[in-house]
Amino acid sequence: MPILENLWIIPLLPLLGSAINGLFGAKWSKAVVNSVALGSTGVSFLCAVEAVREFLAGGSQPFRKEFFDWIVAGSFRAGFDLQLDQLTVVMLLVVTGVGFLIHIYSTGYMAHEGGYYRFFSYLNLFMFFMLILVLAANYVLLFVGWEGVGLCSYLLIGFYFLKKSAADAGKKAFIVNRIGDFGFMLGMFLLFRSFGSLDFQTVFAKAATWQPEAMGQFGTITVACILLFVGATGKSAQLPLYVWLPDAMEGPTPVSALIHAATMVTAGVYVVARSHILFSHAPTAMYIVAIVGCATAFFAATIGLVQSDIKKVLAYSTVSQLGYMFLACGVGAFSAGIFHLMTHAFFKALLFLSAGSVIHAMGGEQDMWNMGGLSKKIKATYWCMLFGTIAIAGFPPFAAFFSKDSILFAAYNSEKGGKVLYGVGLLAAVLTSFYMFRLIWLTFYGENRYDEHRVHVHESPGSMTGPLMILAFLSLTGGWFALPALFGGKDYFAEFLSPVFGAAEAGGGEAAQSLEHILSIVAVVAATAGLLVAWRMYSKKVTRGTSEGVHKLLYNKYYVDELYAAVVVRPLVWLSSNVLWKVVDAGMIDGAVNGAADGAAAVGDAVRHAQSGNTRSYAVWVVVGAIVVIGIVFWPILHPALFGGVR
Amino acid sequence: MVPTNYYLILSAILFGLGVLAFVFKRNIITLFMAIELMLNAVNLAFVAFSQALGKPDGEVFVLFVIVVAAAEAAVGLGIIILTARNRRSLNVEHVNLLKL
Amino acid sequence: MISGALVIFFVLAALAVLGAVSLILQSHPIHSALSLILVMVSLAGLYLLMGAEFIAAVQIIVYGGAVMVLFIFVIMLLNAGVEERTNISKLATFAGVPLALALGGIIAAAIVRSSGHLPPPAANGAMSSTRQLSMLLFSEFVYPFELTSFLILVAILGAIVLAQREN
Repeated sequence: MPILENLWIIPLLPLLGSAINGLFGAKWSKAVVNSVALGSTGVSFLCAVEAVREFLAGGSQPFRKEFFDWIVAGSFRAGFDLQLDQLTVVMLLVVTGVGFLIHIYSTGYMAHEGGYYRFFSYLNLFMFFMLILVLAANYVLLFVGWEGVGLCSYLLIGFYFLKKSAADAGKKAFIVNRIGDFGFMLGMFLLFRSFGSLDFQTVFAKAATWQPEAMGQFGTITVACILLFVGATGKSAQLPLYVWLPDAMEGPTPVSALIHAATMVTAGVYVVARSHILFSHAPTAMYIVAIVGCATAFFAATIGLVQSDIKKVLAYSTVSQLGYMFLACGVGAFSAGIFHLMTHAFFKALLFLSAGSVIHAMGGEQDMWNMGGLSKKIKATYWCMLFGTIAIAGFPPFAAFFSKDSILFAAYNSEKGGKVLYGVGLLAAVLTSFYMFRLIWLTFYGENRYDEHRVHVHESPGSMTGPLMILAFLSLTGGWFALPALFGGKDYFAEFLSPVFGAAEAGGGEAAQSLEHILSIVAVVAATAGLLVAWRMYSKKVTRGTSEGVHKLLYNKYYVDELYAAVVVRPLVWLSSNVLWKVVDAGMIDGAVNGAADGAAAVGDAVRHAQSGNTRSYAVWVVVGAIVVIGIVFWPILHPALFGGVR
Repeated sequence: MVPTNYYLILSAILFGLGVLAFVFKRNIITLFMAIELMLNAVNLAFVAFSQALGKPDGEVFVLFVIVVAAAEAAVGLGIIILTARNRRSLNVEHVNLLKL
Repeated sequence: MISGALVIFFVLAALAVLGAVSLILQSHPIHSALSLILVMVSLAGLYLLMGAEFIAAVQIIVYGGAVMVLFIFVIMLLNAGVEERTNISKLATFAGVPLALALGGIIAAAIVRSSGHLPPPAANGAMSSTRQLSMLLFSEFVYPFELTSFLILVAILGAIVLAQREN
């Protein structure tokens, strides 16, 4: 069966798995729940592979198919249209592949948790929405997936719903996302108004004919792009809407790996990359994207320097790496951004899953200051985590070296302050290397800072370490598409995506080549510097120390949450309870409803006096009625008389 | 020849007086008599039209009205007797058990 | 040209109206009953004037001879006295009279305004005989006729039930 013709199968299978598990899973054994969940995701992955194969075999022609009309209103049509082009291929394989591996991992990690079937139901539902998002051929369907992954994020972050901090974190994620979604919707409205449609094909074709706007000019496309980017900052946790991601660590670790590292948070980057034609026409918007991305990369890295919870370090690392991806898109290197997205999916999922393995081994402990000396005890986990750390730091030949390098090179070459962007990005790379190796040393080396009698460190089962090893392998090799470029050959990845993004970004010229080599070496040196500082500080005996001054500022995340609470949250709550509740709801709405009831009662009270029980007054009412009826019946005869005077 | 108009106006006057009596008087039996007066006024109108149109149909209606009035008077007076015994008064305003 | 019929009409009409007014103004019900009898007799006269002899006869016999006698019997049975003047219903006291007059007025006005549409009266006396009346009664109106006989039966039963003494 040709999968390409029936692309809907790929999202539908996880949806079925979610529904079946959700409805019936409560009574089934873990094995059955597993097979449904893993089966649906696995078969979806195979279908995705097959679809890609057909795509490539068909000459890599962009494929689009409309399945049914969803919204038809006047001239506006939004249908359930799915498409497949090179960009979709990358996203599709990442989502289904990494998703499947994390599903396998979850069977081991969640084995002792309650609500097992519920977890897999939600996870499959998330896969459904994410696949809709990447396969969509118009902004409306994409937004459906966008909202849906936000919903699943809420459900999964608050999975341990009996824990207040988890429930709060889920709410926070959803609400902050919603703010971004508002911007996204406004962007969509503006696009519809300008181009009359929200289909990618139509919008991009029309936009290509428009004059690119000048830098500093806030024309229609620029504003639309900025609004779309606002949505992306919410979903992909950039400044200023990143605050939900660290709190999202309340969810189970596989959730953090899948949603908050590999897939959902990359949706923002995907949207920006998909809309690259629009962004190319709006230099101001791209500049804003680059600056926000770069600033976020640095900002989050500084916070990650001092965190003590292992997952929080990784969370801030995710925010920082997403900043890199946006930096890439902002300077026009879209394929570099997508490349980093892919490699990031591999090594970040690997890091999160390994952290989960460590936590599992430590019986639930997440504070690194209570770990130490684990490298001998959980060897497989240790090696996988080390692979991930080397990858994220950007050492060759691991994956991130190539992707991060492309980004920094493109940033260096961009106009208007490219050198500054490059500098900040490089600094962030140093910090990244530092805090990641700090994590390694604190967790796996040094003396045991935990009570050996209470915690029995044990290696994780095969269902967990298996995916870890696969991801480790991918973290090593995932960047090798661009390997030949290092030696003067082609960057296969960029070339693969060039039909989508245009050939403009292919590196050219000898001078550029040598500059790129120099910059790569600088990057490696920077990473090594970070490693050495971390080694100096943390490889020996370490104590926690007190937190003061700059350390305190960083540890408390620059007090951003407190700032938001004071400036945004508290006024809103005050407004809601004092104005909206007391005045509008209790006063006006209840007043209207109760007032209607009181009015009816009052009318009844007044009219009731007609029922006096007295025959004579009844007689008078009868006479009144008779006069009215006779008047109406005889009106044609009577009325000339009334006004015509006496005849 | 008396124009039909005159009979009709007389009928209207009698009917109006009947309504006036009905509203004005307080004795139950007098109320009843007012009703009879109204019925008579209507009878007059019927006969007047019957004469004007030259058809005896109106008179047949008058017969029916008289029969019904007689039956109604019989039953009504029976009720009045019972009510008067019950409330020990012939004032219609004292028949007020439906009052709140 | 004032014809004799017109004079008789006015006399009888005046009597009828006089009787009706008297019915309102008298304070003792027995006097009101007698006034009503006056009204009925003058109406019977009017029927005769219009040429409906049978109806005139029925009016005297049934209305005057049966119904009014019944009324008078009941008044005497209940020992009705002078009507007391209670004014419990405010509505009837203040709005009753004007409204009643308005009703009468509106009907009269309608009649007067539409007088042009009425057909001219047929020749006197040539209208109907008892024979014609009975023919009509038993052919076209036989169904209502049978129903009225049923109605009388029900009235008799009703009266008997109402008058029963409680055992």
